This record gives sequence, C-alpha cells and structure tokens, in this order.
Amino acid sequence: MNIVVCVKQIPDPNTPGELDPAAHRLRREGVDAVLDPGDEFGIEAGLALAEAHGGEVRVVSMGPDRSVEAIRKALAMGAARGVLVVDPALGGADAVTTARVLAAAIRRDPFDLVITATESTDGYTGVVPQAIAELLGVPAVTFARSLGFDGSTLTVQRQTENGTETVEAGLPCVLSVTAGVNEPRYPSLRGIMQARSKPLDRLALSDLGLQAGPVGQEVVTVVPAPERQAGEVFPDDGSGAQRIVQLLERAKVI
Amino acid sequence: MLTAVWVYAELNQGTLAASALELLTKARSLGAETVAAVCLGPGAAEAAGELGRHGARTVYTSTDPAFAELLPGGPCADTLAALIAEHRPDLILFPGSCGGRDVAGRIVAKLGVPVIANGLDIEAGEAVAVTSSVFGATQVVRTEFRGQRPWVALFRPKSFVAAPDADVPARVVDVPAAIDQRHRAARIVGRSRDAAAGPGLEEAPVVVSGGRGLQDPRNFGLLYQLADLLHGAVGASRAVVDAGWVPYALQVGQTGKTVKPNVYIACGISGAMQHTVGMKGSRHIVAINRDPQAPIFKLADLGIVGDATQVISRLITELGGTPGPPASADSAS
Repeated sequence: MNIVVCVKQIPDPNTPGELDPAAHRLRREGVDAVLDPGDEFGIEAGLALAEAHGGEVRVVSMGPDRSVEAIRKALAMGAARGVLVVDPALGGADAVTTARVLAAAIRRDPFDLVITATESTDGYTGVVPQAIAELLGVPAVTFARSLGFDGSTLTVQRQTENGTETVEAGLPCVLSVTAGVNEPRYPSLRGIMQARSKPLDRLALSDLGLQAGPVGQEVVTVVPAPERQAGEVFPDDGSGAQRIVQLLERAKVI
Repeated sequence: MLTAVWVYAELNQGTLAASALELLTKARSLGAETVAAVCLGPGAAEAAGELGRHGARTVYTSTDPAFAELLPGGPCADTLAALIAEHRPDLILFPGSCGGRDVAGRIVAKLGVPVIANGLDIEAGEAVAVTSSVFGATQVVRTEFRGQRPWVALFRPKSFVAAPDADVPARVVDVPAAIDQRHRAARIVGRSRDAAAGPGLEEAPVVVSGGRGLQDPRNFGLLYQLADLLHGAVGASRAVVDAGWVPYALQVGQTGKTVKPNVYIACGISGAMQHTVGMKGSRHIVAINRDPQAPIFKLADLGIVGDATQVISRLITELGGTPGPPASADSAS
C-alpha cells in the first residue's frame, strides 16, 4: 500500500503567532519551527496501516527550506521518504495553491491513501484536504476519530458537530484525521539516525509543471483584537463558591 | 458591485442548520441584486420556506436521498458547481462546519477561486472584505477578495444573528443531483448522536466546561450536576476530548463549538487560545484553576485560584444540591 502523509512545519504553537505587519504573512523569523503537532496523528495512522498491511509511507510538504526538519521528524518516526516543494513563488500561498502543489507532488508516484490533519494548527483554513481530494479525483473521508482497514475497505468514525458517522470507503481516497485518532509514537534514537540517510527530494514549482497562480486575496489590515478586561482573581480560601453564587445572582441566572 | 450572493444552506439529517439563516441574514445586507440559497438533500423542500423568510429570493433544492447517504463533499460540490456555471454568482457564503468545509474545499479547487475561512464578518463596498480572527482571536485580519469569482467565504458559527425578512415566499427551483458513481465509493453506513450531546450547548444560557485540571474524567459528573442546577449545558476543552474523557460534541473552541452564553464557567481549563476563541464572547466568564498564571484568568470576570473539583462541589451544595464524591486519578492506589 502506498500511503502519503501531508505535513507542515509551523511556528511553535506554544509561542503566540504573529503576522508580519508589513508583509501580512506569518512571521517565521526568530520563532521555533516544529512539525505541526496535528500532523503526528496522520503519520502514526499511516505507519500503523503500513505495518499491518504492508507498503510504505512517504511524506509530502510545502514550505520554506527549513521545513526539511519537519520531514526529518516524520522520517525518524518511520516514514520511508520525503518530498519538500520549496519555491520563492510560494511565499504566502493560499489554500488552493497549497492544494495544487501538494496534489501534484502526491501524483508523481502511485498512491492508495493520502492522510492529512483536519487543519493546520497555524492557518486553520481547514479546506486543503478536501481540495486535494478534488484535484486527485478521489473521495475525501474527513474528520476521522478512529479508523479500521480490512485490506480493501476503510471504516472510519467521522466526528461532526451533530454526532458520529460511520463511513466506509474504498481506496484510493484522502483521509483527514483528528487529534486523538491514535497515540503518535516518539522517534527512536535508531529512527533518528536512520532518518538522516532516507531519501528526501526537494522540488521547485517548475519540477511539478506548475506556476504560481493569480492572487485571489489580499490582507489589508491586521489589528489586535479588542481585549476582554480581566476581572478579579481570588485564591480559594473557602469563599470561592460564594463568590460564584454572587456572580450568578448578578447575571440573574439564579 | 455584487449581483448575486448565495448561501450554502446546510442540512443535518433533514434539518436545516442554524448557520443557513444566520448567513442569509448577512447576505441580504450586502447590497446584492439577488440573494439565493442552495439546499441539497432530503428536507430541502421543507426548508425552503424558512430560507425564503430569511431573505432567499430563490432556493435551489434537490431532495435526492443520495445526499444523505454519501459524504457531502463530492455530490454537493458537483451539484453546486453546475449551478454556479449556469448562474455565475459573485460570492458564496458557507458555514465553517465539517460539511461546509467538505463542500467549499472542493468547490474552490474545482473552480480555482479564492477562499477565506474562519470569517466573523463580511462587508461589501468598493471591495468585498472578510474579517477573521487569527492566533486564538488575538488579532483581527481584514482580507479583501481579488480575482476570479465566485469568491468563497466560510464563517464561524454564530457570527451573525438570524432575523427574518419580509414574508415573501422564495422561488423554489428543483435541480438535478450530480451523483457520480465515484461519489458512491464513500458511504455513510451508520450515525449516532453522541450520548452526552445535550442539544443545547450552543443555546444554553449557562455553560459549565471542564478541562485537564479536573484530573479525572469521573469528575465531569460534578459538572453535569452543576449544569442541571443552573439549567445549563456541559462543555469541554480539546485536551479532554482528545484524551477520550468526553465526546467531541462537547468540545468548545477553534475546532469545536462556539458558545456565547450568559455565564461560562471554566473548570480546570488553562485557557489555551484553541479554547478561548470558542468562548470569549460569553457575557460573564468564571474561571477556576489551580495555576494562578493560567491565561484563562486574563479574560475571566471572576477567577478562583484553587481546585476546581472542590470549588464546584461546594458550589453545588450552596445551590441546594448534594455533590457526588470527587474522584482523583490516584484515588485507586
């Protein structure tokens, strides 16, 4: 089985993100970059399927040069090889461009299953998995909370606002997985050593036969959101419950 | 500027989603010549009246049962794409729900048109601009559409307040369903409402939410007791949903529900941006957390630094209830 996992390197989500006020793009300088924690679930899902049913996992990413670090982490977890599409023309790429690039990189080799997170933890656009599926001409089984595979059919518990749906799908398809679908493994020391010698291709847009598309949107202003005023904070000396009762009375809840 | 604005009116198992009426209310304020809704699946015909009352002059419907049996992305996007090719709307508003994302993601890839997600507001003047918040709602970004239409925007739930318009019936146009054989490769074979998904989390006047600071999933029982006493609903942080303590239906935040209750009580929730984006619009916020540095205190009207389980137990007693025994992760040892 040929499994592709799409990954993204993002600014460390534990540090608050910032937009460059001049360029209106994500500020990446001086911020630690990490493999999007949401992508680790997709990598784990791919590795588990490959271990149980044979085949290999390759990771595909788009981003600046240093995104190789994120791919190396996926390789250290156990993926067989990686592809990074890096091109100056892709700075500030929108969701559709991202999907086009990833779909083209995926299509270079045979694929049975493409696994993604449900959204990136920095941009949160949340439509790239579906856009990739459209471009590849395959179903998108989205928001998987758990998954099973019997060798030909994927059975997925899909979590939505209204409950859980059980979805069955054949291959090939795109599968987006939520955090919590599994427990991602840590890279072993051996995995980290091996990752250094695993194949990692760097491609430019022209290698994929693509060129940068027209710009469909422009950020015109970025301003801080109005802050809520912090109220009073008390240590719980036994009076916490009464203070909450008083607030509930003021709010006319009781 | 805008000739036609459309709303993707989502159906959930035959019932019109609240987002459809919110988006239509906004759509009719954008100064377009026509406002239309697209509503696909069993229940669409029944929904047309309500869509008309909220400003849709035309409702494109199909009641083909396949829309309810298949994942929405493929069939809805193909049907919508055919309608777009015929009528050429300028702008389509989608809910940022699972189904909305599945359809919008395919439409923008299919047509190569721009998409702006996580919208909170939209204005149409010289340009059409969507306001969205990024980085846990710490910054507000205004993004203008450029280039090829239709422009596609997705909005967070409750961005707009639904209000009916004049009681003019919509023109209902039944359209052919584009159900391709390849869409049948993925089918919905079962559905379950999450057991604890009280219908009211998004409507409840009081929300009692729990996070990791409760230490043990069994302590959610105390939150249910408190919510019952206050006629409220129970919510949760992503951390405890991911840990499997409670179902996803309870999740409040960026990737969960947006709530704006009169009172929000955050119990053992640190206040990660992922969470606060879904509740910072609450009228009153109470936070209980052991860590005095927890970011949740920065937006709480009332903060109590202490053990959430103990404070909630005492609060239940104060309100005339009998709290169940608190559990702790190490109580078994």
